[in-house]
Amino acid sequence: MARAVTPQRKAINTTLAWAVGLLIFFPILWTILTSFKTEAQAINDPPLFLFFDWTLENYSVVQERSDYMRFLWNSVIIAVGSTILGVLIAVPAAWSMAFVPSRRTKDILLWMLSTKMLPAVGVLYPIYLLFIKLGLLDSRVGLVVVLMLINLPIIVWMLYTYFKEIPGEILEAARMDGAGLREEILYVLTPMAVPGIASTMLLNVILAWNEAFWTLNLTAAKAAPLTAFIASYSSPEGLFYAKLSAASTMAIAPILILGWFSQKQLVRGLTFGAVK
Amino acid sequence: MATQHSRSAARLMMAPAVVLLMGWMLVPLTMTLWFSFRRYLPLRGGDLGWTGFDNYVRFVSSSSFWPSIQATLIIVGGVLAITVCFGVLLALLLDQPMWGQGIVRILVIAPFFVMPTVSALVWKNMFMDPVNGLFAHLFKFFGATPISWLSEASLASIIMIVSWQWLPFATLILLTAIQSLDSEQLEAAEMDGAPAIKRFWFIILPHMSRAITVVILIQTIFLLSIFAEIFVTTQGSFGTRTLTYLIFQRVLESQNVGLGSAGGVYAIILANIVALFLMRIVGKNLDA
Repeated sequence: MARAVTPQRKAINTTLAWAVGLLIFFPILWTILTSFKTEAQAINDPPLFLFFDWTLENYSVVQERSDYMRFLWNSVIIAVGSTILGVLIAVPAAWSMAFVPSRRTKDILLWMLSTKMLPAVGVLYPIYLLFIKLGLLDSRVGLVVVLMLINLPIIVWMLYTYFKEIPGEILEAARMDGAGLREEILYVLTPMAVPGIASTMLLNVILAWNEAFWTLNLTAAKAAPLTAFIASYSSPEGLFYAKLSAASTMAIAPILILGWFSQKQLVRGLTFGAVK
Repeated sequence: MATQHSRSAARLMMAPAVVLLMGWMLVPLTMTLWFSFRRYLPLRGGDLGWTGFDNYVRFVSSSSFWPSIQATLIIVGGVLAITVCFGVLLALLLDQPMWGQGIVRILVIAPFFVMPTVSALVWKNMFMDPVNGLFAHLFKFFGATPISWLSEASLASIIMIVSWQWLPFATLILLTAIQSLDSEQLEAAEMDGAPAIKRFWFIILPHMSRAITVVILIQTIFLLSIFAEIFVTTQGSFGTRTLTYLIFQRVLESQNVGLGSAGGVYAIILANIVALFLMRIVGKNLDA
C-alpha cells in the first residue's frame, strides 16, 4: 500500500514511531546496559547511561556462582525437546486433517484448541501428584512431556493452516503417477511443508522457553530451566542489579534473536488462524 | 477423493495426538473434580473422605475469595484497556510510511519475547524499586517523593508490567489487520473529503473489529492465568492475589487440596465461558 505523503509527514511519522519504539524497548536496553556495569555503577545516583567503565565481570560471576550453563542447558533441552516431540506427533495429525478431511475434522480441531484453554492452575495438584507418583518431579523428561502437551494444540493448528495452503491437486497428480502414501509424504509433501514446519518449531521453541507456570512449579534444583533460575533472583540477590541484568540478558538474548525471525508466525500461531 | 484405505490411514495418523490430548485433559480434570468433593489435606491427615459441596461453599465464602475476583478483574480489565487502546494507536502509527519501519517493528515487538520472570524482576528491581529504581530517580528529579510501587500502587504496577508484555502482541495482530484493509476504500473516502478521524471511525475501526475481538479473547484467556509476574513481585500480597494465585496458594502452599481443587473448578468454568466465545469466532473462520 504505497500512499503518497509529503516528506514532512514522513519525518513526523518517523520521529514519533522511533520515540515510541525506543520507549517500549527501553527496559530491555536498560537491562543490557546495566549488565556491563559494576554493582556500584548500577545503583549510581544519578543513573549512568553510556559513560561508565564497561565490564564483562558480571557474566563470569553469574556463571561461576550459580552454574548458569546448567540452567541454560535445561532450557534448551526442554524447549527444543518438547518442540521436536510435539512436531513428531502433530505432523501426521495435521496432515490427515488437511488432506483427508472428514465431517468431524473441524470439531476435532476446535476440541484440541479447547484443551489449550484449560487454566493450568485448575489441574496443578493432579499433575503435581502424578509427577510425584511417576518420579518425574524436577526431571527434564517430565517437563518435556508437559510442555509438549500444552503446546500440542498450537502446533497442530499451525501445521494444519500451513498444510491447507499446499494445493491438493499436486497430491492427486502424484497419486496418479503411482505414488503410494509413503512416497507421497516423503517426496511430495515434505519438501513443500518444510518452511511451515520450521516456522511452527520456531514459535514453539519460543513459547516453551518462556513458559513460567509449570517450569516454576514442577522443578526444584536439578531440572530448573532459566525461568526458574531467574525467579531465584527474586530476593535477596535481586539487589545485585548488575548480576541480575547479566543473568537476564543471557536468558532472553537467544529468544529475542529467534523471535525477530518469527514475527509473521506469531500472528498465525497465536490467533489460530482467526486473523490473517 | 479419499479412499476407504486413506481414511483409515488418516484416522491412525490422528490417533496419537487425539489420544494424548484426551488423556491430558480427562485425567487431571477428573482428579481435580474428585479432590474437589473430598476433604484432602496431604500434610494433615491425608484424604479424610467425602464432604459434598463443602469445599465449593467454603472457597466462595472465604474472606479472600471476593478480593481475589476483584484483583483478577482489575488486572485483566486494566491490561486489556491499555493494550487494546495503545495497540490500535501503535498499529495505526506503524502502518504509516516512515524510515526504518522494520527496525521500529522489532523494537516494539521485543517485550513479547522476554520471559515473564525476567520482565517481572527487571521491572520490580530496576524500575519500581523505591530507592534505586529508575522511577525513583525520575521522581526525585522532578522534586516528587518516590513511592514504593509494588506495595503502594501494587495493582497498577502489575498492570503496567503485564501490559508491557502484551502490548506487542496486540499491536502485531492489529497491524496485520490494518494491512489487510483495501486501500482503495480509504482513498475513495479521502477524495470525498472525509477527514482522518472519520476515516478511522467509519472504515478502519470497523475493519479491525474482528481482530480486536480476537485480541481481547485470547489475551483474556492468558491474563486470567498470569502467575510468574505475581510470583516474583508481590507473592500475592498488597491486594494482588488473583484467583489463579489464590488457588496456587491453597493447593501448594497451605496444602488444602480439596479446597484448592474446588477453586480450580471455578477457574475452569470461568475460562470456559471466555473460550466459548473465542471458539465461535475461530470456528466461523474455519469454514471460510
